[in-house]
Amino acid sequence: MNTVLDEDARIKYQDPGVIRTILSTTKTIAMVGLSPKSERPSHFVATYLQYEGYRVIPVNPMAKEVLGEKSYPDLLSVPDKIDMVNVFRHPDECPEIAQQAVQIGAKTLWLQLRVVSLEAAHIAEAAGLNVIMDRCVKIEHGRYNGSLHWVGMNTEIITARRGRRYF
Amino acid sequence: MAQEKRKFGFETRMLHAGHIPDPVTGARAVPIYQTTSYVFEDTDKAAQLFELKQYGNIYTRINNPTTATFEERIASLENATGAVATASGMAAQMTTMMTLLEPGDEILSSAHLYGGTVTQFTHTFRKLGITVHFVDPTNIDDWAAAITPKTRALYGETIGNPKGSILDIEALADLAHAHKMPLIVDSTFATPYLCRPIDWGADLVVHSATKFLGGHGNSIAGVLLDSGKFDFSSYATIANPDPAYHGLKFYETFGHYGFLMKARAVTVRDTGAALSPFNAFLLIQGLETLSLRMERHVQNAQAIAQFLYDHPKVDWVAYAGLADNPYHALAQKYTPKGPGAIFTFGIKASNPRAAGKEFIESLHLFSHLANVGDARSLVIHPASTTHQQLSDEELAAGGVDAGMIRLSIGLETLEDLLWDLDQALQATSA
Repeated sequence: MNTVLDEDARIKYQDPGVIRTILSTTKTIAMVGLSPKSERPSHFVATYLQYEGYRVIPVNPMAKEVLGEKSYPDLLSVPDKIDMVNVFRHPDECPEIAQQAVQIGAKTLWLQLRVVSLEAAHIAEAAGLNVIMDRCVKIEHGRYNGSLHWVGMNTEIITARRGRRYF
Repeated sequence: MAQEKRKFGFETRMLHAGHIPDPVTGARAVPIYQTTSYVFEDTDKAAQLFELKQYGNIYTRINNPTTATFEERIASLENATGAVATASGMAAQMTTMMTLLEPGDEILSSAHLYGGTVTQFTHTFRKLGITVHFVDPTNIDDWAAAITPKTRALYGETIGNPKGSILDIEALADLAHAHKMPLIVDSTFATPYLCRPIDWGADLVVHSATKFLGGHGNSIAGVLLDSGKFDFSSYATIANPDPAYHGLKFYETFGHYGFLMKARAVTVRDTGAALSPFNAFLLIQGLETLSLRMERHVQNAQAIAQFLYDHPKVDWVAYAGLADNPYHALAQKYTPKGPGAIFTFGIKASNPRAAGKEFIESLHLFSHLANVGDARSLVIHPASTTHQQLSDEELAAGGVDAGMIRLSIGLETLEDLLWDLDQALQATSA
């Protein structure tokens, strides 16, 4: 697994069982830092997740609308119930985003690949949220629905059980 | 799923990595998806696949489900983040370099390489504006002294052709990383069972899968692998916006998958060096017995090298498994199970070139051909085949002894192989 986290943090913030539960129970994702530009990484992830059936609500003060969804300046302005807050912002901004995630009653705080903030994690954990860090929602979804395998990547899934969707 | 906490062993992954039994039919063996193309689910998904926003199958020149099983399996065995299979080992090298480099870039390579690689690096890469400089790999200071501002990668073979030298991978990885460049290792002769270069710091690994990975001499194939640890942000071809994909930045968007995504979606797509799914199936069959075969390959090779070393008609044996070989210490570090099953030796004769021919003609079990890494034992005499147009002096300049024989030790009964070599040596004029 490619990560900058140490062994203890990996166990805590990258648990495959927790990731699969999150992917199967989440319906609405607020994506903080979702870019309206088609070639940006956040746009790739949002496009993928929207096709896979998730509702993706953009949180970006610089955008009006992304992928057909109205964009909000911050999490507190989003009127809908949010299951997961997915963060594409600099780690310095994460503690404040975590506080807002707690305030709006999100169930999960998910920081993208290389977005690492232990302070943000502690804020969210203390309020009972699931926290995932230094992982990509698209990669993890692709790992467990089998599509990441199709591009030759090492999913690290070893099983002799008949194939099914793993969440 | 408690198994996710478990780190499964090499042999388990040889049999299971990259393959979940088919959900519809339950087929246990890996099916051969002999298809060129794949029906799209809908127009949105099709568009997203072409933009690389979805992972999925488009066209077998880019990916294929049978090939994907081979790719994920070898990636698992090499402790890589992923793999791209290619039509041959040469294509794997070409794909790696075309993905990484731009015209004007240079590579610094070990001089102990397969001859075909030297030719590709020297002549074909020159046409692409890429220059390769060669260095004697045995001294790390020689490598350091040869690095220039244009050097963009270090390159070598785990077990070097033809003298069986062992690459000091850890020292070279440190040197490469101190200069912010990747170390690329061709690990064909070792296979991940004997050595995993990524565990020693190598960034990219290439294989001719034609050899021990397939293991049965029936399919030409290659593969390239990425550790996923190297920072490619200063490599323009991977980091800069790609005009063919609406300005997509592969490294920023795909992170540790960036190199491999670019290799697949651009280089292999455009050069067309894709692996056939039927060959991928045969390679998967090979991988399932890799550890068993390699154990026997190195066991037979060690016994035969020792036998030849003690034989009165043999002048020298170049196998790092022998205690007085100059690479023995490195072999113990990097290939503790045995330094492969391919090595060279010299016949003691007044006319070594003629003696080499005579020896080959006298063999009964060794197949005389230009390949290595087959289940069967193989032999070639460079001075009468691949290098026959060169004089003895020219051969010597190229590091090839006129009496040099290369063996690739197979899985036959050891006593039969020893018998064959002995009777052929006895039949050879002194």
